[in-house]
Formats: sequence, structure tokens, C-alpha cells
Amino acid sequence: MNPPDTPTFDAPWQAQAFALAVALSDAGHFTWTEWSEALGARLNGPNAARDGSDYYDHWLENLVALLNAKGLALPEAIDTTAQAWQRAATATPHGKPIALSNDPKAQGAGSDNYHN
Amino acid sequence: MHDHDHDHGDNSLDPMTARVKALETILTEKGLVDPAALDAIIESVQTKIGPRNGAKVVARAWSDPDFAARLAEDATSAVAELGYSGRQGEHLQAVFNTQDTHNLVVCTLCSCYPWTVLGLPPVWYKSPPYRARAVRDPRGVLAEFGVTLPESTQIRVWDSTAELRYLVVPERPEGTEGLDEAALAELVTRDAMIGCGLAKVPA
Repeated sequence: MNPPDTPTFDAPWQAQAFALAVALSDAGHFTWTEWSEALGARLNGPNAARDGSDYYDHWLENLVALLNAKGLALPEAIDTTAQAWQRAATATPHGKPIALSNDPKAQGAGSDNYHN
Repeated sequence: MHDHDHDHGDNSLDPMTARVKALETILTEKGLVDPAALDAIIESVQTKIGPRNGAKVVARAWSDPDFAARLAEDATSAVAELGYSGRQGEHLQAVFNTQDTHNLVVCTLCSCYPWTVLGLPPVWYKSPPYRARAVRDPRGVLAEFGVTLPESTQIRVWDSTAELRYLVVPERPEGTEGLDEAALAELVTRDAMIGCGLAKVPA
């Protein structure tokens, strides 16, 4: 139960997901109590790893679910935009910054195509 | 499928990274989050908050009885004197170890933790075994952390919530009478401020 400390975040996306939840709560889109109760239900559910290694996976899915419940972002829009980011990454030459506009399916249009 | 002699397209995003980037794209475009605020939060986590803050609070409490009294009365205000202020609606309570009572902190629900004074919690704090056993078998948990207390010492377990988080003030070790606050702070470990450890004894 007392293994050596691991880094605060195992990957940059975990830090970004952490910051998104805190920023949304700071901006008043949900209270931290709402957040904690929903996160706790996931962490105490049957799909949680015993060692806590999937903590930020649950964190991210908690965020997606809460945004859906609040009508702030739809899961379908998130999936569609995530796929666009993956296509954009694949189409971006190595060494160049990945931009959503590099998605071949975007065809020069703005990223508004991906949601709502 | 992938063509192996393509001349570009070496980049790929793993699904979690793509999902978070999608959230950022959508929430930023809707004006729900400010990218600068995200950067500020991450910078704060990496450089501003952490157990060194809590150690300074404990060292001050050991050195200054008036501060200790204020810390016991209203920890949120007392740590703000040292420049550590939490987010809105988050209250801090300091719990003081004595010869008779040892305090241990857990969040049975999820991972509530006093960020401003301890940083983000270690992975074991968030794990189901710790969250379950800290309440059921605190003495067994402490033993796994190498802490054995006399049978006569009572263990109080504090269950954190989103609104109320706890900082354990460990007992000041013997032989530290001549040390200043900076030297004292070096003795205060993160685990001691969760209650899973004791303050270090000076070498």
C-alpha cells in the first residue's frame, strides 16, 4: 500500500483533464461537491482498478458525463472532434505542430464542423 | 490502412490525448474555459502547491503558539497568513497529534485532499484499498507505513469532503528545541501531514 511515489501525472493529458475540471468548477459550471460525488461513484464502482492506476481515466469520463448532463458538450461531439484530432495528427508531417485544421476531412473549413 | 512508404504522417495521438484535446477545442470555442486559465492551473500544480507549503505551516505552528492557536481555530485563515489560499468554498481544518491521539486522513468517497498545503494526493491515497482500510483498520494501515503506535494511543480517522479537508499537525520531535522554522520544516513529511507517518527526528 505504500509504494514509491509516482509522478503527479503520468501523461500530459491527465494534467489537461485535471485543469479542465478545476477551471469549469471555478467558473461556476458545477460545484466541487457535485464533481466529487460523481467521481466517487466511479472510483467506488466495479470498474475501478484496485491500485488507483486508472484514476484519471475515471476523471476524464466523469468530466464527459457531467458536461453532457449540464448540456455543455455532447458526447457525440467530443467523439467526432477527437477523431478529427487523430486524423489531423496522422496527416501532420513529423516535426510540425499538430493543428486541427490539418484534418483532411476538414477541407479548409473551421472546426465548427465537428460539433453542434 | 497505413502505407509504409508514405512520406509524412508519423504523428499519432493516443485516444485519451485526442479526447482531452477535443474537450479543450469544444469548451474553448464555446467560451466555457480560457486556455490561459488552464495553463495557470497546471503551473500552480507543478510549482506553487505541494507539501513544502504544509511543512512551513506545521513548522510555524511548532514555533509560534499563537499561530498554532489560530490554526486550531480557523486553519483556512491561518494558512492564508503564509500566503496559501484555497479555492472558493474549500475549508481546511488542522488536526493536532498528541501523545494520546493520532490523526489519520482519508477520503472514502474519492480523493479530496488539501491541495494548497499538500499538492495533489499520491496515487495510494486515491486507491480503493487505502480508502476502505483507513477507516476499517487504521492501525493496520499505519503499520504498513512503518508506524507503530502504543496501544494506548487513540487513532482518529478524518474523512475528507469536497468542502472540508484536513491537515495533520504531527507532534514536534524531541531534540528540536534549538531549530528554527526552516530547519523544522525539513522534518515534516507529506505522509506525516496525512497521518501516515511521523515527523522525522533530526539527524
